[in-house]
Order: sequence, then structure tokens, then C-alpha cells
Amino acid sequence: MPYAFCFLLFVIGLYCAVVKKNMVKIVIGIMVMEYAVNLFLIMLGYRFGGVAPVVDREFLDAETQQVTAGFLNSAVDPLPQALVLTAIVISLGSLALMISICIRTYGKYGTFDITEIRRLKG
Amino acid sequence: MAIFYILLLFMLIAAIIAVETKDLLSSVICVGAIGFGGSLMFLFLRAPDIAITQIVVEVLGLIILIRATISRDLTFITGEREFFGTVVSVAIMLAIFLFGISVFETLPRFGTPAFAKAPAGSPMKTYLTEEQDPNRVTSTYTAMGLRETGAANIVASVILDFRAYDTLGEATVLFTSILGATVILRRKSRKLLEEPDE
Repeated sequence: MPYAFCFLLFVIGLYCAVVKKNMVKIVIGIMVMEYAVNLFLIMLGYRFGGVAPVVDREFLDAETQQVTAGFLNSAVDPLPQALVLTAIVISLGSLALMISICIRTYGKYGTFDITEIRRLKG
Repeated sequence: MAIFYILLLFMLIAAIIAVETKDLLSSVICVGAIGFGGSLMFLFLRAPDIAITQIVVEVLGLIILIRATISRDLTFITGEREFFGTVVSVAIMLAIFLFGISVFETLPRFGTPAFAKAPAGSPMKTYLTEEQDPNRVTSTYTAMGLRETGAANIVASVILDFRAYDTLGEATVLFTSILGATVILRRKSRKLLEEPDE
């Protein structure tokens, strides 16, 4: 059921990116989609009553300096977290690129409306 | 469990306001609300690294977005698109949503992750083969992360040791996009609105 809410967030972002005419609104729609996808991937790895994937002292076997089996059965999935960490930082870079294109287009055409930005200028 | 629904509803309401409001600056601020709500959600989903990164990225993204929208006199949106196109796209998105809901039935339930339980008994000493554990990637990282890399934080051991080339590529993409933004926004641009090219 939380997956459905998350997917609804994605669909709202898709609607914003497809229907709206303002360039900044399209960028906002893409950002909302990014949030929804990141949240969905983290949700896939969650388990009820889980602990963060950080080895605490209670999960450390004192003799062998190994993690215990209890840590394996209670930690949430660390792999989606590592991949989403990459995706979040990349989304910042793409946001900067998109917004700079918007600012430059505004400086050239004087509007954010994509239906008025139709003429090609050399 | 209830906190997830509360935060998701908060994010949904903020997203609807951000999409539908006429003022661009309030729309940008609602995007900030979505981001910080998501950061809280990551914290409750036991992902503290993601929550910290999300807050930093959110603040930087808000600064970038406000830079684009503030001091523009034409930030109010005037009209919508054609009625027919809007109806068709909303219908298509509704269909996508319904199909997506039926796809979620095939996923494991929320709170019961896909990866298998660890083998009972002693902690893992060697890498498993694929026959022993089909989802061996996650269990290998969790079990061997401390021993192989010496990092107590398993996420840090994954991004900085097991998948270090991935992080290198991420840094490359980040610097390339910042380079592109710098090139686009450089001051010595050729033709702006003040000097039209006729």
C-alpha cells in the first residue's frame, strides 16, 4: 500500500512534466518524479523493526571480530541505499543543468512559456 | 507504520500544491517541502546516510531553483494547454497508474524485503555461490562488509569500496553537468534579448 502512494507521487510528477507549459514547472515535475523513484527504491529494502546498516557493538562477535547472524537478519537492505545515494547527487547535477538552460532561455526569449519558444534563432 | 502514511500524505499534498499553484516561487517552496518530507521518511526507513545527503541536496537545489524564479517579472502562469490534450494525457496517466498498481501485487509486501534470510548458525566466512543464496549480493555486502573493508557503516563500504568505480562515475557525471551549466551560463554569451538578430 505505501508503494501505491509513492507511485501516485510519481504520476503527479509525470502529469506536471507533460501537461504544464511553464519550463520551471516541467523541471519541478521531473524533480518530483526523482523523489518518488528514490523513495520507492529505499522502501523496497525496508523491513519492519529493522536497524540501520551500521554495525553496532551489540552485533559484533567479540572473539572473531565478525558481524553476528542477528545483524544479517535485522539490518535493512544496504544495496538500494548505496545506489540511491548516487542517484540523489546526480539529480542535483541534472537540476543545475536544466535550470541553467531555463535561465538562458529566459534571457533570450523573455518568457518561460514553451509554446512561445518555437522560433529557431541562429 | 502510521508515520509513513502521514509523511506520504504530506508529500502528496505538497506535490499537488506545487503542481497546481500559479505562483512559481510558492511552487518551488512546495518542492522544498516534498524534499524535506522525503528526508524525514528516509530517516524513518532506517537510511540515515540518504537522509543527510537529501537535506544537503535539497538546500542546494532550493537555492538553484529560487535563483531561477526570483526577480523574474513573468513568474505567473497565464494559460493551460489545450483541453483535449490535457484530457488525453490524464487518461493515459490514469491507465499507467492502474497497471502500476497491479504490478505492485507481484512485489514482496512492504516491510518484508526481497533478500533471503541469512543462513543460520555461524557468520559467513566465505562468499556464497548463486545456488546457496539467489540474493547473495545484499547478504554478501552485509556479512563481509566489516571484515573486507573495515567500515562499520555498510553503505559507506559499498559506495567507497565494493562499488568504488560507480562512485567515480558519479563524480564524473556531476562534474560534467556542472561544467555544462557553467558553459551555458557564461557571461560572454553572444545574443541575448537586448540585441535581437535580424
